[in-house]
Amino acid sequence: MRDMPLISVEGVSKRFRLPRTASDILTGRPPAAVHALNNVDLEVHRGETLGIVGESGCGKSTLARCLVRLLEPDEGLVRFDGKDIGLLPQAERRAFNRRVQMIFQDPYSSLNPRMSVRQVLSEALSVHAMRPKADIPARITELLGLVRLPADAANRYPHEFSGGQRQRIGIARALAVEPEVLVADELVSALDVSVQAQVINLLLDLQERLKLTVVFVAHDLRLVRHISHRVAVMYLGKVVETGPTEALFATPRHPYSKALLDAAPELDPARQTRVAAARGELPNPLDLPTGCLFNTRCPFAFERCFAERPNLSNRGPAHFAACHLTDFGKPTPATIAAQ
Amino acid sequence: MTAPSPDRNTAGGGLKVRGLTTTFATPRGLATVVDGINLDVAPGEIVGLVGESGSGKSMTLRSIVRLVREPGKVSGQVEWQGRDLMAMREADLRKVRGAEIAMIFQEPMTALNPVLPVRLQIEENLSAHTTLDRRARRQRALELMNIVGIPAAERRLDEYPHQFSGGMRQRVMIAIALANSPKLLLADEPTTALDVTIQDQILKLILDLRDRFGMSVVFVTHDLGVVAATCDRMAVMYAGRIVETGTVAQVFAEPHHPYTRGLLGSVPRIGAERSMLLSIEGMPPGLIDLPDGCAFHPRCSFATDRCRAERPPLESFAAGREVACFHHQTVAAMAEAA
Ligand SMILES: Nc1ncnc2c1ncn2[C@@H]1O[C@H](COP(=O)(O)OP(=O)(O)OP(=O)(O)O)[C@@H](O)[C@H]1O
Ligand SMILES: Nc1ncnc2c1ncn2[C@@H]1O[C@H](COP(=O)(O)OP(=O)(O)OP(=O)(O)O)[C@@H](O)[C@H]1O
Ligand code: SF4
Ligand SMILES: [Mg+2]
Ligand SMILES: [Mg+2]
Repeated sequence: MRDMPLISVEGVSKRFRLPRTASDILTGRPPAAVHALNNVDLEVHRGETLGIVGESGCGKSTLARCLVRLLEPDEGLVRFDGKDIGLLPQAERRAFNRRVQMIFQDPYSSLNPRMSVRQVLSEALSVHAMRPKADIPARITELLGLVRLPADAANRYPHEFSGGQRQRIGIARALAVEPEVLVADELVSALDVSVQAQVINLLLDLQERLKLTVVFVAHDLRLVRHISHRVAVMYLGKVVETGPTEALFATPRHPYSKALLDAAPELDPARQTRVAAARGELPNPLDLPTGCLFNTRCPFAFERCFAERPNLSNRGPAHFAACHLTDFGKPTPATIAAQ
Repeated sequence: MTAPSPDRNTAGGGLKVRGLTTTFATPRGLATVVDGINLDVAPGEIVGLVGESGSGKSMTLRSIVRLVREPGKVSGQVEWQGRDLMAMREADLRKVRGAEIAMIFQEPMTALNPVLPVRLQIEENLSAHTTLDRRARRQRALELMNIVGIPAAERRLDEYPHQFSGGMRQRVMIAIALANSPKLLLADEPTTALDVTIQDQILKLILDLRDRFGMSVVFVTHDLGVVAATCDRMAVMYAGRIVETGTVAQVFAEPHHPYTRGLLGSVPRIGAERSMLLSIEGMPPGLIDLPDGCAFHPRCSFATDRCRAERPPLESFAAGREVACFHHQTVAAMAEAA
């Protein structure tokens, strides 16, 4: 067995209630709710990069927000260092807020346009009283160096930077308080491909040097594969598969993961496989299917899939899938030989 | 300035673009957003147009069919099946646009009419460009919705655009564009807002139409995986100019322009997990005061004094291959070594 996870998510569900409509009132129905997270189980280990992937609306951002306690789960709990973060006393809660930092998706709106980079960073440093006042200027120079921005960047304002540079300012702000965990939600999705590489390289480098734990939320499978040690695949508010990156990409054990991987275009023009992936659209998160959440699109669904919701079960070393077909994708002697 | 590659035969069919240039007069000076572009698309061929945000991909498509808004000025030659689109009267051009040439715009939300049911928008396009009667148009509209994979199409035809998800709206746009079985499709990031499983369905649809009807396609995308999956040839744009062309296999295997090399290198590859990616430092230039010489030189690690003084023309260096770089052989040699 591995050591105790740094973060563990245990049976977390989150619903967003929609405004009550006239017909709700007439029929005496409770207002509809979006089932954004449905009984999520997940572990994050110290020093690893965990990638979270899945299609738009599957609950990635909601899960990330629950991890840093920007949202409170309706059911279940999140443990940090073994303790339920919902029950932390004031002082430990403050420490948690420092030790776990989130970086947001949008480099354009997550920085206050009226604050210079120096102000942004010194605010972060003083909120958590990280340094004596006199040391702050030196620390700011150090932070800018860490994210490879010139020292004179301190006096400039966000609009004077490119998207990639702004994203690096966001990273510097998160690093200012010496966190142990970075939760990055679509860190580079808004950036051009050539600029994405700058930020990804920075993240890889910082993780090595500062021994960070990183939760990397993204819909780009290639990026996630590139930087993650382990990957979790989400579908309709549930983690349907987790495993070591290599194993999960080589032999996905859930039909949805397989469909997702098959649908992503291969970069090598000679390696294109055009096989049928999942059909149809995501079902309505207001009205979840009974049984397996994937049963409306799954080409392999059988009777049991419509009656009973599968939970994560073991498929190999640190590899789990939530599917009644426990043999799905199982490597056979032939496929092993082919690899 | 540049000779088209001799082996590309588009005589009588396909699209032939020469010296296409689009400028905007701005308070800060003249911005040349499309700068002397040459492009050939043979019947049944899919050409990918890639490049950084702001490099002029959308403007190139709009310029081809004269849909650039004021105060933009377009010049150059665009020949479609032997006819000169630049010289054509506006009324004639409009007929060509809806029937033989179709366009999918980058923002589907703004291209659909919010107050008309989806069915009417498809039928409108059919009645303007075909002789189908009412019943046949209804039939064809339904058929198209099914082709682009709108679930329960019959029930949903009478809904309004806002009742559709983003991905479904994008597919309605595609249905409208394909309504008249166009011979040329100009598709601007048609799948960018979509999830991969839906993107996959639409790419297959476009490939299928090419195979069955010999439709030509110019496909703008920033996703190199999509290019690899769908395109025959590709053109790489930088700061309003084409800097490299070739078949997709050639360009991926041996990029000759430093920008193309950087672009391909910045995408993670299988087998090189957790290694540093090749990245292009710096930012694309402003189009009003382009750097002298090669527009890429401030970001280029191969640049020499010549690059800073003289602008490299787009020139053919092998069959079907063109590049605009003085040092492209050095660049290609590095790609081989890597
Ligand atoms: N505040 C809210 N009120 C109502 N519904 C919400 C709210 N926040 C999220 N949702 C819904 O919860 C579901 C999950 O949303 P979430 O933002 O977590 O998805 P995501 O996986 O991050 O998607 P994307 O890839 O598009 O960012 C969606 O159906 C979304 O519409
Ligand atoms: N009305 C205008 N006046 C001046 N410049 C304009 C105008 N419209 C567009 N541009 C400029 O033209 C250039 C090319 O724009 P275009 O939309 O073709 O880029 P693109 O390559 O499609 O980028 P993206 O990938 O972001 O869609 C941009 O630098 C843009 O700023
Ligand atoms: S011409 Fe010079 S500056 Fe331009 S891309 Fe080639 S080597 Fe770089
Ligand atoms: Mg999100
Ligand atoms: Mg564009």
